[in-house]
Amino acid sequence: MSKETKNIILNTENLSVGYKTKKKDIVVASNINFELEQGQLIGLVGANGIGKSTLLRTLIKVQPSLTGSIFLNKKNLKETSTIDLAKQLSIVLTEQLTSKNLSVIDLVALGRHPYTNWIGNLTEEDRQKVDEAISLVNISELKDKRCYELSDGQLQKVMISRALAQDTDIIVLDEPTTHLDMYHKAYILKLLQKLTKETGKTILFSSHEIDLAIQLCDTMIVMTNDNIICDQPCNLIEKGVFNSLFPKDMIAFDTKTGSFKITK
Amino acid sequence: MLILVLVISFFVNISFGSVNIPFRSIFSSLFGRIENSTWEVIITDFRLPKAITAILVGSGLGISGLLMQTLFRNPLAGPFVLGISSGASLGVALVILGSGLFGGAFAASLTTKWSIVIAASLGSFLVLLAVLAVSSKVRDTMAILIIGLMFGSITAAVVSVLSYFSSAEQLQQYIFWGFGSLSNLSWNELLIFLGIYLIGLLLSILSIKGLNSLLLGDNYAKSLGLNLKQNRLIIIIATSLIAGTITAFAGPIAFIGLAIPHLTRQIFTTSNHKILLPAVCLFGAIVMLVCDSIAQIPGSDYTLPINAITALVGAPVVIWLLLRQRKMIF
Repeated sequence: MSKETKNIILNTENLSVGYKTKKKDIVVASNINFELEQGQLIGLVGANGIGKSTLLRTLIKVQPSLTGSIFLNKKNLKETSTIDLAKQLSIVLTEQLTSKNLSVIDLVALGRHPYTNWIGNLTEEDRQKVDEAISLVNISELKDKRCYELSDGQLQKVMISRALAQDTDIIVLDEPTTHLDMYHKAYILKLLQKLTKETGKTILFSSHEIDLAIQLCDTMIVMTNDNIICDQPCNLIEKGVFNSLFPKDMIAFDTKTGSFKITK
Repeated sequence: MLILVLVISFFVNISFGSVNIPFRSIFSSLFGRIENSTWEVIITDFRLPKAITAILVGSGLGISGLLMQTLFRNPLAGPFVLGISSGASLGVALVILGSGLFGGAFAASLTTKWSIVIAASLGSFLVLLAVLAVSSKVRDTMAILIIGLMFGSITAAVVSVLSYFSSAEQLQQYIFWGFGSLSNLSWNELLIFLGIYLIGLLLSILSIKGLNSLLLGDNYAKSLGLNLKQNRLIIIIATSLIAGTITAFAGPIAFIGLAIPHLTRQIFTTSNHKILLPAVCLFGAIVMLVCDSIAQIPGSDYTLPINAITALVGAPVVIWLLLRQRKMIF
C-alpha cells in the first residue's frame, strides 16, 4: 500500500503515559509514536510492568495522557466527546462484569447503547447489528445462556461480540487471552485476525503470546525499557527487537522459528 | 398478574382494622355511596390514606434499593446505605431528645408531627449533600458506600449520646418513631409525599439506560458513551428524594429496600432495569400492603410496629428463596 492511500485510524504524537500525583507525574512510558491503519490486526507486547495496560487505558481515555496527543480518526482524543468516542472505539477489558446474570443476547445488545434512544429501545437496525455480531463470532448457540454459565473462552467471545455490535472503527482488547488454554488462545487471536479481514475494523490487543502474535499480526508494537517500536513482525525480527524484550539470562529469541527458547 | 395481586392486597388491606367493616360496604363507600357515615370516615380518612402510603413506601423503598444495588455493584446495598436514614434519625433525635435541653414550652411546640417530618427531611438532605460533595471528589463508587456507612456510625453515636441525657418519655417517643408507621398521614401530607415520590420515580426512569450499562462495570459503561458522573448524580438524587421522604413521613422502615430487589430478581430472572424497575415497584407495594395487613392483626385492637413485621415476614422469604435457588442472582 502506498503512503498516500493509508487510512490511519489511530495515531499518537510524542505521547507519554503514566499517573498524575499531586507532587509530580510518574511517567511509565514516553516518546510513543505509532500509526494504526484501517483493517489491521495490531499486537502490543512487552514485559510485565512495562506499561502496556497504562498505554491501553490512555488510548481508550480511561486515564489522561501526560504529554503528547492521541488522534482518533484525525481528531484529538481530548476533544472527542464520550458519546462520539463510543461510536468510534469499543473495548474488551480484563475486569469482571458487575452482573453475571445478563443473558448473552442482552449483553451483546448493550453494545448498541450509543445508538439507542433515552430508554435504550432497540430498532430493527440495532437488532440486525446484534445478530451480525453474534454470527461473526459464532456464538448463536449461546444466545440465551447467562454469563455465569459460560466458560472463560466463551465469555471472551461474547465480550468480543459485544464490542462488534458497538460498530466502531477500532476495537481495543486488554490481554484477551489471559486465563485461556493454548487452543483457545490461538482460537481467539485467529478470530481477531478473521474479524479484521471480514469487517475491515482495526483491532489492537495487548498480549503475552508473542509467538502467536508474530504469526498473526499485521503490525506489532513492542515495548522495551529503551524504546517503543511499531513495525511489521518480520521487520521486527530482522532488527532483533524481540531479543531486547526480556533479560537474556533465561530466555532468548530464536530468529529461525520466531519463538522464545530457554537458554541452557 | 402482579397488578391483579396488587389490587387484591389493596382491598384486603383496607378491609382490615380494629373496626370490622364488611367487604361490600367498603366498596360502596369507596365509590361514593354512603351507608354508614362512621365507616365512611374510617375508610376515607384513615384506611385509604394508609393503604396509599403503604403502596408509596413499599414501591419507593424497592426502587431506591434497586438503584443503590446497581450503582454500588453491591447486593448488600439498600436505600439507606448513603446515610439517608441516619441523617433522618439524627434530625428526629435532635428534635425529640434534644428538645429537653431547650426547656418546657419551647419543647412542646417542637415535637409536633410536622417538626419531626421537617427534621427528618432536613437531616437526610444534609447528609446527602455531604455525600454528594464527597462523591464529586471521589472517583470510586465503593468509597462513597463506605463514606455513607461512616456517616451512619457518626449519627448513631450522636443519637446514643443524646439518649443518655434524655428522659424516659422522650426516649419512648423516639423509639416509637423508629418503629415506623404508615398511618396518621392526612390527605395534604400524602399529596406532598406523592409529589416528591413522582419526581424521584421520573428520575429513576430516566436513568434506566444508564443503569443497564452499569451492569457491565464503570469502565464499560463509560465506553458505551455514558456520562458516569451525571448518571451517578441523578441516581443518588432520585434515591435520596424517595428514601428521604419515606423516612420523614413513615419512619426508618428497614428491610424492604434491601430485600425487594432480590426477590424480584429471583422471580423474574433478569437484570434488565426496564423490567426490574416496574416489577420492583409493584412487588414492593404488594409486600408492604401485606405486611401492613398482618400488622393490623385482623380482629384485634392492636397494631404492631410495621418495622418489625417487614423483617419478620420478609427475612424468612428471602432465606427460603436463596435456599431454593441455591445462588444469588445479581
